[in-house]
Amino acid sequence: MALSLMEGNEALARGAIAAGCNFFAGYPITPATTIFNSMLKMLPGTGGICIQGEDEIASIGYCIGASMAGKKALTATSGPGISLYSEQISFAVGSETPLVIADVQRLGPSTGSATKGADSDIQFLRWGSTGGVPVIVLAPRDVLDCYLLAVYAFNFAEEFRCPVFIASNKEIGLTKQSVNLEALSLPPVINRSLFSGTTYLPFAAESGESPPFLPIGGRTLVRLTSSTHGADGFITNDPEVIAQTQQRLRDKIEGASERLTLFAEDIKERSKTLVISYGVTSCAVDDAVKALERDGRAVSTLVLKTLWPVPERLLREKARPFQRIIVFEMNLGQYVREIRRVLCHKTVEFHGQMDGRLISPQTIIEVLTSD
Amino acid sequence: MTSFLNKSRPPVYCPGCTHATITTQLDKAMVALGLQAEKTVIVTDIGCSGLFDTFFNVHAVHGIHGRALTYATGLKLADPELTVIVTMGDGGLGIGAAHVLAACRRNLDITLLVLNNFNFGMTGGQFSVTTPTAAVVSSDFLNQAESPIDICAIAESAGASYVARCSGLDRDLSEQIARALSHQGFAVLETLGMCTGRYTKNNHLTPGILETLKEEMPATPGVVTKNQRPEYGTRYRELSRKSSGFFPALGIEKKIDLPGYRRQGVAILGSAGMRIVTAGDIVCHAGLAAGMNVSMKSDYDITVLRGPSVSEILISSGKIGYSGLESPTAICALSDEGVRRRSSVFAGLPPDTIVVREKTITVPETAATIIDVDFRECKIKKENWALAAVAVLAKKTNVLNGEMLRCALQSRFTGRAYQDAMALVTTILNDSRM
Repeated sequence: MALSLMEGNEALARGAIAAGCNFFAGYPITPATTIFNSMLKMLPGTGGICIQGEDEIASIGYCIGASMAGKKALTATSGPGISLYSEQISFAVGSETPLVIADVQRLGPSTGSATKGADSDIQFLRWGSTGGVPVIVLAPRDVLDCYLLAVYAFNFAEEFRCPVFIASNKEIGLTKQSVNLEALSLPPVINRSLFSGTTYLPFAAESGESPPFLPIGGRTLVRLTSSTHGADGFITNDPEVIAQTQQRLRDKIEGASERLTLFAEDIKERSKTLVISYGVTSCAVDDAVKALERDGRAVSTLVLKTLWPVPERLLREKARPFQRIIVFEMNLGQYVREIRRVLCHKTVEFHGQMDGRLISPQTIIEVLTSD
Repeated sequence: MTSFLNKSRPPVYCPGCTHATITTQLDKAMVALGLQAEKTVIVTDIGCSGLFDTFFNVHAVHGIHGRALTYATGLKLADPELTVIVTMGDGGLGIGAAHVLAACRRNLDITLLVLNNFNFGMTGGQFSVTTPTAAVVSSDFLNQAESPIDICAIAESAGASYVARCSGLDRDLSEQIARALSHQGFAVLETLGMCTGRYTKNNHLTPGILETLKEEMPATPGVVTKNQRPEYGTRYRELSRKSSGFFPALGIEKKIDLPGYRRQGVAILGSAGMRIVTAGDIVCHAGLAAGMNVSMKSDYDITVLRGPSVSEILISSGKIGYSGLESPTAICALSDEGVRRRSSVFAGLPPDTIVVREKTITVPETAATIIDVDFRECKIKKENWALAAVAVLAKKTNVLNGEMLRCALQSRFTGRAYQDAMALVTTILNDSRM
């Protein structure tokens, strides 16, 4: 068993390549730049394309164009870049263009702290596009997860024809860890399903599903747009068609929520407390819970790796037996809103921190023992 | 192919709008060039020029205002066989100016048709970046305080390899479009036109006046001699063939057995430029050589070669979760600003924590055991202090040993860098003063 030393950003890039990513465009930004660096080292020599856009809007636009021609595209940025991506994210949602977006989060708002971590963008990723259409957001907890979730992200993007976010964090992206990639079990790589019938309508799909794909530049002519369209890709004013498409865009993701739900759990029979966390914070939770266990206090944990769509059923099921639910987040309360919404019949405690430092196991122990 | 026009979706422009003429002439040019529909894509912007893709039986993308060139670039890079035509109005030209400049500079084989009709037609005749100062538009006096741009002059100076301006009513428009389309590289063709729904209602503009306008503006060369260079896609593919390509992650085999190794945490406190991160890497590699799990967290400012730099490494035979370093077992104190960045940690340190302190550095009061080293006396350059301090750790602490350190240098460095590092480390390991 040989271990490798790498940071989360390199692992994310390697995971993307393992998933078949062959196009990257990005704009330099701390702390995401090393994803770009890694892709630039690895993609061009193998027939892939890696370019630097003139700005973030262009970078994601290049990815969207390339994806429309059949490439599997990745872009990577941080908070200020995600803000600029916003209109193109909406375009990818509306034109049903597969795309993976890595957001190596830093402390916001705005320019904030370039070299300090935070889970700043958790609600922005969900709601930072127009129309309110659901998106998929995965949250890695460590370096190995960056690799693994990159593969899942591409699989989801391809299957659901939508942008998929990887909500990383400076504290994962730029932290190096020993990883054993050989021992990792990856899901089979999924590629978008290609249309095989006779008359192709680019947006014709069963209800709750994404349409089969054909590339721009193939033998069958394709029309792609985010402007309100019918199955043929031409603009429509028909309220029935509009309603159907709106519903389908929603259903294709929310209807698959359970299949999209990735998580880890450590449920202890004797425990009365459940800690819910995600991202890098969940590592500190693990350490804290282990320390408490050594002192004879059993605490259960649930680590969410899919944040959007909200794994509502999982949350309800896992929380049911517990008297005390506590959420830890590296911000001042973003995702806890969803947990409180779902677990509306329970009291959900919250501890957040947003000062450029990780939430420490010691802090978590103090919160957990302050009852 | 006799026509690419979509008979079931004829142009829907206002009577007399130049866009309708351009639609017909673009089709004529495409036919004359013998383009294949399945290898042609029209990418349109927003506004009246954004309707173009619906009139043609070719591949089509209708995107966001100002961003048409971004999708066009992705499409062309992904499929070099595509003929990529972008239609954009003077509105898109303004809002998407950064992309126009980038496309000119890059010289990817795309044709940009700028349908300049001097105002925002669809939204009600507001002024654009090409509206004449004296024009009467729906933006009240605002255009009178600004000057219009000459996109052809801009494109030429930004590096476009083909730049031409014409009237959208020119008799030879289809030939002019065909010339732009057949150019290998980024081609800009500006067509001056009449927006009969808005602009000409308050501004006297006729085909004759358009012709005069065109003649009064600076002449355009078509092929820009000074900007001729290889097409971007061709050049990109040529250069990328020399790129190394995918390389698997470097796996580091366990070479040293260290039974009973207890979890260690090391903080290397220095400054940017002192190779603090590299020294941290070495400590990690040393741990890996002993089959340990490692993690390394770095903390530095956005400045380069200035400011504190801190690396915190954890080494453990067990799984490492939290990557923060609460209670280090060893510290290398190599610069005052680095120490200040972690000053709070010193007070709580127990006596068995070792602090390797370069003797000029001030450290806060602590119960930890301080080992002073004089790297200046040993003539060690500042950029090697961190590696030298790691060698001292190998002699004085349980973090790593000499064998682990040598393995680490082997896996982390090659060539001259390896020889230099090994020489430095060997000197320190054998130096009785440290």
